[in-house]
Amino acid sequence: MSNDDQTYSAAGEVAMVVTRRTWAQRAWRELKKAPITAWFGLIVIAAYMFVAIFAPWVAPYSESQVFDTPYAPWSSEFIFGTDQLGRDVWTRLVYGARNTIGIAVATTLLSFLIGGSLGVMAAINRSWLDQGLSRFVDVLMAIPSLIFSLMLLSIFGSNVWNLIMIIAVLDSTRVFRLARAVSLNVVVMDYVEASRLRGESLGWVMRNDILPNILPPLVAEFGLRFCFVFLTIASLSFLGVGIQPPTADWGSMVRENAQLISFAEYDMKAAMTPLLPAGAIALLTVAVNFVVDWFLHKTSGIRDEK
Amino acid sequence: MAKKQHGERNKGDLLLDMRDIRIEGFSDEKWHPIIKGVDLKLHRGEVMGLIGESGAGKSTLGKAAMGYTQPGCRITGGSILFDGIDLRALSDRELRRLNGSRMTYVAQSAAASFNPAHRLIEQCVEATVDHGLKPDSDAKADVRKLFRSLQLPDPDNIGQRYPHQVSGGQLQRAMTAMAMSPRPDLIIFDEPTTALDVTTQVEVLSAMRDIVQQFNTAAIYITHDLAVVAQMADVIKVLRYGETVEDAPAREMLKHPKMPYTRSLWAVRSLEKPEERSDDIVLRVNGVDASYGGVVKVLQDVTIDVPRGSTVAVVGESGSGKSTTARVITGLLPPMKGNVLFNGEPLPLALKDRNKDQLRRIQMIYQMADTAMNPRHTVRDIIGRPLEFYLGLSGKALDARISELLKMIELDDSFMERLPGELSGGQKQRICIARALAAEPEVIICDEVTSALDQIVQEGILKLLLRLQNEFNITYLFITHDIATVKAISDQIVVMFQGKVVEQGMKSEILEPPYPDYTQLLLSSVPEMDPDWLTHLLAEREKTGAMSSSGN
Repeated sequence: MSNDDQTYSAAGEVAMVVTRRTWAQRAWRELKKAPITAWFGLIVIAAYMFVAIFAPWVAPYSESQVFDTPYAPWSSEFIFGTDQLGRDVWTRLVYGARNTIGIAVATTLLSFLIGGSLGVMAAINRSWLDQGLSRFVDVLMAIPSLIFSLMLLSIFGSNVWNLIMIIAVLDSTRVFRLARAVSLNVVVMDYVEASRLRGESLGWVMRNDILPNILPPLVAEFGLRFCFVFLTIASLSFLGVGIQPPTADWGSMVRENAQLISFAEYDMKAAMTPLLPAGAIALLTVAVNFVVDWFLHKTSGIRDEK
Repeated sequence: MAKKQHGERNKGDLLLDMRDIRIEGFSDEKWHPIIKGVDLKLHRGEVMGLIGESGAGKSTLGKAAMGYTQPGCRITGGSILFDGIDLRALSDRELRRLNGSRMTYVAQSAAASFNPAHRLIEQCVEATVDHGLKPDSDAKADVRKLFRSLQLPDPDNIGQRYPHQVSGGQLQRAMTAMAMSPRPDLIIFDEPTTALDVTTQVEVLSAMRDIVQQFNTAAIYITHDLAVVAQMADVIKVLRYGETVEDAPAREMLKHPKMPYTRSLWAVRSLEKPEERSDDIVLRVNGVDASYGGVVKVLQDVTIDVPRGSTVAVVGESGSGKSTTARVITGLLPPMKGNVLFNGEPLPLALKDRNKDQLRRIQMIYQMADTAMNPRHTVRDIIGRPLEFYLGLSGKALDARISELLKMIELDDSFMERLPGELSGGQKQRICIARALAAEPEVIICDEVTSALDQIVQEGILKLLLRLQNEFNITYLFITHDIATVKAISDQIVVMFQGKVVEQGMKSEILEPPYPDYTQLLLSSVPEMDPDWLTHLLAEREKTGAMSSSGN
């Protein structure tokens, strides 16, 4: 690149040279550089998704089909045995993936919709709206969320929709705080001022100027919050106010078969049964966290490559 | 490694010898050459000015002189001998012993380089004490002396302050004291005055020059401002595209630049616009008082007339209310008293009360093109939005207009899909100009639009603005602190000081003596290409006792 022209031209100024790539090419390039933990996480998540989506084909029986023998041992007929009512544990694990993950995703999405939009609005407004929302969020956050959701669930009754709404609202407080904090950094930029000077509406500024620029931290947070929602649902189910039978769910499966653990000295396999759903929860949480870590590291701007 | 005694510092000994340096930077999966074989020799007590436009590799070369490269860069060839020590052969550990004791660095932004949580003096002596050169109390006493010779106010106690408690110019001097504290053999100044305004710059420059001379320190002074280099340097090296263009003693090069590229750098300062008189007032700021939060008055009874089709330059140092005036005109800051007349009609004071057409007629261009454009929007989105929003263009008509605007700013259609991050500084500012132009405005407010750019690019932007003014009869309100820019572009000048208009008039009237005191200070602070300018200026000011009243 020996550029010997002595005259100045605007188009010839030295700028960052970046090759244009399609979205798929860029994604593949990033994936190739991803650490092994991120790959592990991605594969586990993909497997869970597969099982959740194709549950009726993967599971040998139907979700609430009851067989004659409760607590049947592990066998070729019932891979992981049956539970206290005689339902196939493997089948319920598979359906549990579908129910628990589906509800957790819906809840997280909803909480991001509520918390994200309010947070950005508060950051732009910065006056009475910001004060009002922020203090209200402080109040909500001051109450231990598990106890609060237990209380609300017993007031409104525990069905799936109430469950999603209540957890989403309680969780959106944290999303609100994050969205507000990162938006504050963007709101002061000149391009937001330029848009306001142009006379753009609040909605346009939010969608076009702020949202794209706060997306990376929000996506990372989405992964983390998803884990927490997932755990909350499992704990609520374990306590008996979450997903109601006969719908299969990992949290309640742990509770229902918990006493089998005490048979460990007689039948190791039977004692493992309640640990299976617990393990499924743990594995997914770890996998999601691996992926989120990788994503956060990539977007945080830390570049230590030599 | 035998420790050298201070007594051995003989002026004129070869200190730094860099031969055939090659440095590569990693981006987009590939290594690109940044420095392509540069030789550099520096003697003790000598100051070398390293100049060139941005992207020329000045800073990279400066850092390499300390044996250091930024992350993502590597030295691939050449040798660096510092006082006989081969820096490239040293381990990181050995290199760290030299850095901060025998070689120090003064960064462009002192505000970003100081830790806001520690007192100045602690940070100034840290390296000296850490390297075991002096005990803590001696080092502190010494730094206080340095503060004094750098003419910081209250040198005995200023070290107890935190970085945010002193001004930008004071901080830059504190950083020089920090760099001086271990009595290094070599200091690298990386654009230390670029972020300061002219009146402050003069004081920092003279302080740095004195201290370098006093201790016989060698220095590399990196800048894109030729006039500054003329004051500081004994020798000048011009870099372009990572190669040496020209290398000569300062006085010789300033008088007879040999290479055409060097001459083109010199030519920038000669841009001048013949002034035009006009009585058709398009915009009038009418007796405006303004304040932030109603407490401190930032503007007091400001009245400015802007005639159609001409350029009014608003000058003054930072904090004089120039940008606040712009905020009042755009409606971002409704004034407490007075109003803004546009074509004789008063504009609603607050932004939200103005209609689309009123907004369209006044556009704004910002100082930092980086932050003035949404990093996630392509050039097409950025220029296209005002067309869509104000003029209702869409589809083919929109595309055609965008490409027309790109042509007007001397860029082509290949820029359409680029993101701001893929443009150079000058190109970014051009896109901002196109965005303002897209709205077909009558008045454009330019807030220090060229001060972040280097000189060749500045000239290009100024020429573009002048051409656009001739073609479309646009009026500019040009906020700046750079008098060279004012000479180049303005018809009228408004001088502001502490929120008041000191003077307003035609360019020829204002730039002719006699001046009010403040105008005098401002004008005389603008560096000239004459290498003796600073010396004369200081002698002059010594006589009359005039120094900046702001205490910077």
